[in-house]
Amino acid sequence: MIRIDSVTKRYPDGTVAVDRLSLEIPDRSITVFVGPSGCGKTTTLRMINRMVEPSEGRILLDGADIHAQPVNTLRRSMGYVIQNAGLFQHRTIIDNIATVPRLLGWNKQKARSRAAELMERVGLDSALAKRYPYQLSGGQQQRVGVARALAADPPVLLMDEPFSAVDPVVRKGLQDELLRIQDELGKTIVFVTHDIDEAIKLGTMVAVMRTGGHLAQYAPPAELLTDPADAFVEDFLGADRGIRRLSFFPSAALELQTAPIVAIDTDAARLGARAAADAPYLLVTDLDGRPLGWGEPRNLTAGSIRPEQLIPYGRPFVPGRDSLRAALDGSVLSPTGWAVAVDGEGRAVGVVSQQVIGAAIRTAHAEGRDDAKVGG
Amino acid sequence: MNVLNYVHAFFSDSSHWHGYDGIPTRLWEHVQYSLEALAYAAGIGLPVGLITGHYGRGGNTLALIATAGRALPSFGLLVLMFIWLGFGMLPVMIPLVILAVPPILVTTYEAMRSVDPSPVDAARGMGMPESRVLFQVELPVALPLILSGLRSAAIQIVSTATIAAYVSLGGLGRYIIDGLYQKNYEKVVGGATLVAAMALATLGIFWAVQRLTVSPGVRRG
Repeated sequence: MIRIDSVTKRYPDGTVAVDRLSLEIPDRSITVFVGPSGCGKTTTLRMINRMVEPSEGRILLDGADIHAQPVNTLRRSMGYVIQNAGLFQHRTIIDNIATVPRLLGWNKQKARSRAAELMERVGLDSALAKRYPYQLSGGQQQRVGVARALAADPPVLLMDEPFSAVDPVVRKGLQDELLRIQDELGKTIVFVTHDIDEAIKLGTMVAVMRTGGHLAQYAPPAELLTDPADAFVEDFLGADRGIRRLSFFPSAALELQTAPIVAIDTDAARLGARAAADAPYLLVTDLDGRPLGWGEPRNLTAGSIRPEQLIPYGRPFVPGRDSLRAALDGSVLSPTGWAVAVDGEGRAVGVVSQQVIGAAIRTAHAEGRDDAKVGG
Repeated sequence: MNVLNYVHAFFSDSSHWHGYDGIPTRLWEHVQYSLEALAYAAGIGLPVGLITGHYGRGGNTLALIATAGRALPSFGLLVLMFIWLGFGMLPVMIPLVILAVPPILVTTYEAMRSVDPSPVDAARGMGMPESRVLFQVELPVALPLILSGLRSAAIQIVSTATIAAYVSLGGLGRYIIDGLYQKNYEKVVGGATLVAAMALATLGIFWAVQRLTVSPGVRRG
């Protein structure tokens, strides 16, 4: 555990970057510092590996002051990832990754075989090992940066806006990759970003900081969205925090209806029976059960249903994996107002109306926070 | 007789190829003077440039010294030193070194300053000692520019080392100064051609050194 104990950073010109900050960073989780520029988030991160020395207060790592050990020993026990990766352009990818093991005195062969392992772990093709940084894309370079930070298997990983300089699609890939790696390795990650969505997606705990180095709120992301501490945090979270909060509610409990689902080769009797039920629309699937689109019962004739006459069904969600946000999104995107639930293979398992989703949201709110975090 | 005839006559005269005043001897002397001067200049310019560049301090002072060094006329300095110090290598070395230090010092400083700060930050953050940051992170990236400073210093030394002959020493300047005195223009042109050839050879050597020492990741093909 890293404990930041009333730490202040004041520069000689009188600027206060961090003002009496106190918080605890739990082990084996991702703690995100987020805030506008000049809020002291990067300074806080850099004080943990002593790239910046605090003016007052202290930082404890597993109970011991970080000044108790030589500075370079401390830094080698913490992976460090920065914006733009900061790779050594004169070294090959594999030698970049092997930097810290080499500093720790490993022989070249052992360091390189470790580096090759890491390349695989962060999803880099082994063919890139002998390339130089300029031959890689920004996203690949950032993966190398992460691999380099993980090379000596440090318990702590410090990440300073690591994904800010890449485009949104690559950034999303890198975020998913980080979550996957974290699932496997369970590091204590301290992550700095100015992007609140990134903070909510990655953080187990999120520290929102405001200009002047003050901590505005320190809470799990679901709590942040439910209960912002003040107007600043609420404003920083943006307009649609209610919708975003739905990401934290699972969709598994939604009551699905299977009656309105018909296969494309359905016979007249079944079609008639389905149409007699109160569903205003029927979901037509192909022979494997994959959704094709919605049709009004009176427009459908058994044996001659054509996929192109059907109404688009929007984006389906996977109950259990996706959140209520995905289910709501699916129902909003579908012109019929019904969301389609599919299994892992994309076969329709049920449909659900906006009314039912709305009721589920109200129930979830009533049951209070649900910290179980699901993707969405 | 045009210049090419002079050149031809000079190099085809077999008496110019042996003895204490032969081309091999004079060439070797010239190489020795040049290497010695370059070694002193690099010995001063490189460490000062690397350290000031690494810490980013003293840029203005360096610029001042460099301007002053460039403003001093080498030939005037040679005569002055000869009068003060008498006969010997020292009066020749001083102007050559003063000539060569500024380009080495200033380009080394600039080369170190122009290194991208983010790998340096990453290296420190990973726990790399300061000396390794300098020699293993900054220097390899700064190397092409540093070599270009050494190269221009070397070329200036090669062409200016001819002044050694003015104070009775050897080197290729011997041909030029003796030739002028004897009104033997064949000798003057021959000496000048050799100096030019040696300057070109210096360029070639630096090109090879750059190919061997600069990482392909920095050279970028």
